[in-house]
Amino acid sequence: MSQEKIQSNTVQTTGHAWDGDLQEYNNPIPNWWLYAFYTSVLVAIAYWLIYPAWPVGKGFTTGFDHVTYVNDKGVTKTTHWNTRALFMEETNEAVAAQKPYFDKVAATPFEQIAKDPELNSFVVSAGKQLFSDNCAACHQQGGGGKMDFAPNLTDDDWLYGGHYANIQQTITNGRHGYMPPFAEVLNDTQVTQLADYVLSLSHVAVNPDSAKAGDALFHSETAACYYCHGVDAKGRQVLGSANLTDSIWLWANVPAANTVPLKEAAVKNVILQGLNKGVMPTWKDRLSAEQIKLLTVYVHELGGGK
Amino acid sequence: MDVGIEEPRALYQKRIPIVTRSVKGRFRNFKWGVMLLAYAMFFGLPWLPWTRHGVASQAIMFDLQGRRFFIFDLVMYPQNVFWLALLLFIAATFLFFATSLIGRAFCGYFCFQTLWTDLFIWIEKQVQGERPARIRLQRQPWEREKILKLGVTHGLWLLVSFWTGMTFVLYYGYAPDLLTRFFSGQAGYAAYVTVFALTATTYAAAGLMREQICSYVCPYGRFQSVMYDPETLAVAYDGKRGEGSMGRASPRGELKIHEIRQQKGYGDCIDCGFCVQVCPAGIDIRDGLQYRCISCGLCIDACNNIMDSVGYPRGLIRYDSEANLALSQPAKPHIHWKRLKVVGYFAALSVMTGALVYSIATRTNFEHDVQQIRQPLYVVLSNGDIRNRYQIHLTNKSGADMEYRISTQGLPPGALDLGEMKTVTVHSGNSVIVQASIKLTPQQVGKYPRFDFVITPLSTPEDKVVEQVNFYSRTDEQ
Repeated sequence: MSQEKIQSNTVQTTGHAWDGDLQEYNNPIPNWWLYAFYTSVLVAIAYWLIYPAWPVGKGFTTGFDHVTYVNDKGVTKTTHWNTRALFMEETNEAVAAQKPYFDKVAATPFEQIAKDPELNSFVVSAGKQLFSDNCAACHQQGGGGKMDFAPNLTDDDWLYGGHYANIQQTITNGRHGYMPPFAEVLNDTQVTQLADYVLSLSHVAVNPDSAKAGDALFHSETAACYYCHGVDAKGRQVLGSANLTDSIWLWANVPAANTVPLKEAAVKNVILQGLNKGVMPTWKDRLSAEQIKLLTVYVHELGGGK
Repeated sequence: MDVGIEEPRALYQKRIPIVTRSVKGRFRNFKWGVMLLAYAMFFGLPWLPWTRHGVASQAIMFDLQGRRFFIFDLVMYPQNVFWLALLLFIAATFLFFATSLIGRAFCGYFCFQTLWTDLFIWIEKQVQGERPARIRLQRQPWEREKILKLGVTHGLWLLVSFWTGMTFVLYYGYAPDLLTRFFSGQAGYAAYVTVFALTATTYAAAGLMREQICSYVCPYGRFQSVMYDPETLAVAYDGKRGEGSMGRASPRGELKIHEIRQQKGYGDCIDCGFCVQVCPAGIDIRDGLQYRCISCGLCIDACNNIMDSVGYPRGLIRYDSEANLALSQPAKPHIHWKRLKVVGYFAALSVMTGALVYSIATRTNFEHDVQQIRQPLYVVLSNGDIRNRYQIHLTNKSGADMEYRISTQGLPPGALDLGEMKTVTVHSGNSVIVQASIKLTPQQVGKYPRFDFVITPLSTPEDKVVEQVNFYSRTDEQ
């Protein structure tokens, strides 16, 4: 059937001759290839009309495709097609998909969240992400804390209180720990005695007479440590003063000091210089109320919540 | 100057339309039977209900969004992809096994290309008539009758193609719901694209391309040649019997009588051409085994009908092996299974099928994963105790809501703290994370470097699992 299409036995030449008898065969491009090429040209033009394409002066042609998204201030914006807007649009969708779970967290009382296995699983997964993004910079991944920098959130010692309400307030409003420096007030002997007393509360083998003298100083009006740290030296959560009787240290690196004189030196340093660097920023403008509530439950469950 | 150019041959062969005649017989009946069974399964299964907890009650449902496949009582999760891989291996090996025994029987009886083409040819015959009527219609000019008949035929083909595509999509959701959403414009983008694509491809493959799929597109037809042995059963024309020494002859005059035919040396083939007319691949089986032959057996039925009508014995075209036909006295056709290839494939099939059945039968009802929280690895509490925390991931694969209890063995009493989660209720198909704390005094730490978590489903305590974990503490620090 298709044999009929072939008219001649030979391939046509282009008709032009160089140098007298040099000719060229004319084998035209197949039609399917040609029309595919023309189509690709049309597709390219359509593409220029839809998406950003050509630079013009200081700007560029933006195309008529638009992307609408809600930015993090809650304002709806529509821009020409660009990948950042596409990313924001996808983020909107992801946040919307997550919203029912956050709403459930917001509506459930703290104690109930811990009892609901599936809601709690959400808190643990989402909390891990939120914590890594916001809190881990200071409190380290997993909340282990850093000596001389940020408290360990996984232990059961709380400067400002470990109940849900305390933790929530800490995250929302931030904290600023302060201890006055005693270098001008006390001499070196007194500071050493106080350091020995504090170390004796943590069962370190110090000179017992020095510790007894320190005890007296602690409760005296000269040093007046008991004002902030309490008569029992267990700290006062309303002030954020440390519990001096436990094994957990934040500002004096006692666990890393191998000998008693080194431990003394660490504690003396704190007494002499005071503390002004324990600053936790406020989060109420950076995280939503549901996120703070979720982080509260998460931190509470990191191990030590009361 | 035209030196060196031979007569160019066209490389493109336009399709010669094949118009098949219908035929009655054993193999035709077998094909109808397979078709009915296959269609009943394919079109019917999405509508089969099944009792399920908390999920749509469909017996076979591939819930892609929920990342699980339901096949009757079996629920498959992404971690069970091994079963799918094994199933595909088994299917391939079974195909090779069957081919070594009976050649391209899959092509002729079971392949969906054949099933749908068969249906489309049947529709064509119902609307346009038997073979002579259809050939006449093709030659007619485009007037009312032709437009109407061809229009109805192609319309019915499109309808069947659409319902085929639609049924495919219905497996991926709850069928009644998905169907209503499809027609009210609310189904997902993927549903519309899939139905459109499958409608177009079914219509093109079964209506327009037909045997070209088998000849040109499908790779199976091309590697048949390496899978056939001389002992493989194939549709074969018994040339010795059919041609004799004098060739074929019409049954006229004295050649009608079988004994005289044989005496004169003529073969049994009366050259009626019926076998050529019924062939959906458009070949003449009397030329021998060809790559286009899909082993559908219709020519066998055709020739047997003719042999019956002239009173000659059946079986001029039959399933037989090359080796058997080459014998001077061919034996009765039978399946040669006593070959190393066949036995080898069968052994492989048995092993794989056994592995799959065993794996499915011994599947657990829940997945568990116990991970130590490594940041921080251990915590010193205010009284000096050391605490380690663990995260236990539980996935309930049982199909019903289950309650699990988590306990420990190998620890002093009071060490384990599970908070509020001493028993955990997990809904069917869901996962939860349970956080467990283990607290030891500094004196106890050295004595319990390892211990076990025990996770027990309360309703089936015999399915409990025991996981060994470590307890870490500071080593040489004070």
